[in-house]
Amino acid sequence: MKIAIKLFAGLRDRAGTGDLSVELPDGATVRDAIDAAQQSAPKEWIAPTSLMAAVNNEYVEFTGALSDGDELALIPPVSGG
Amino acid sequence: MIIITDQPLDPNVLTDAVRDDSDGAVITFEGVTRNHNDGRGVEYLEYEAYRPMAEEKLQELIDEIKERWEIDRVAVAHRIGRVDIGELSLVIAVSAAHRRPAFESTLHFIDRLKQVVPIWKKEYFEGGEVWIGDPGSERASA
Repeated sequence: MKIAIKLFAGLRDRAGTGDLSVELPDGATVRDAIDAAQQSAPKEWIAPTSLMAAVNNEYVEFTGALSDGDELALIPPVSGG
Repeated sequence: MIIITDQPLDPNVLTDAVRDDSDGAVITFEGVTRNHNDGRGVEYLEYEAYRPMAEEKLQELIDEIKERWEIDRVAVAHRIGRVDIGELSLVIAVSAAHRRPAFESTLHFIDRLKQVVPIWKKEYFEGGEVWIGDPGSERASA
């Protein structure tokens, strides 16, 4: 299945891109997608312990399963306001 | 009313949007870019949003405070892109029949916004830049 991954702010800077597309086997989790994003990004990046993930605009656990066509957002600590 | 824009914010637009003759209190909070942070001079800020999710989360926060406090209307605007010193990055307007729920809910809204809404702030200071709150962000030399 195909998962679109978006990276933001400092994470995007470190990975060298804000948009990735990864191909994963059925049943893959958010964690699997993060691993794939680390493999396929232009630059080597580390997932900080404070990293959060969202699928289709909702925060999800890293153990959550993905579905074909999902948009996975990798969200470093937010700092709005 | 939820606005995410790269244009300067006008608090009057939000205040007018929440005002009603049945309300005795209107709180307007303005978040302003200050010229110092963490012991150093700040030159300007740059904000980035994951817009569709940020809009959805802001709506959830509006629903959350409306459920918890006796308030009437809520309007929120967040600026993205470059924000210079003295300019507004955030405006929240809350109307209520009475002042206490308006004050309390406004404060809660801001606290929650800083926890869950996917918006990021990059600080440019003399000699570098840093993503605020990001442990991996280097304080790179310019």
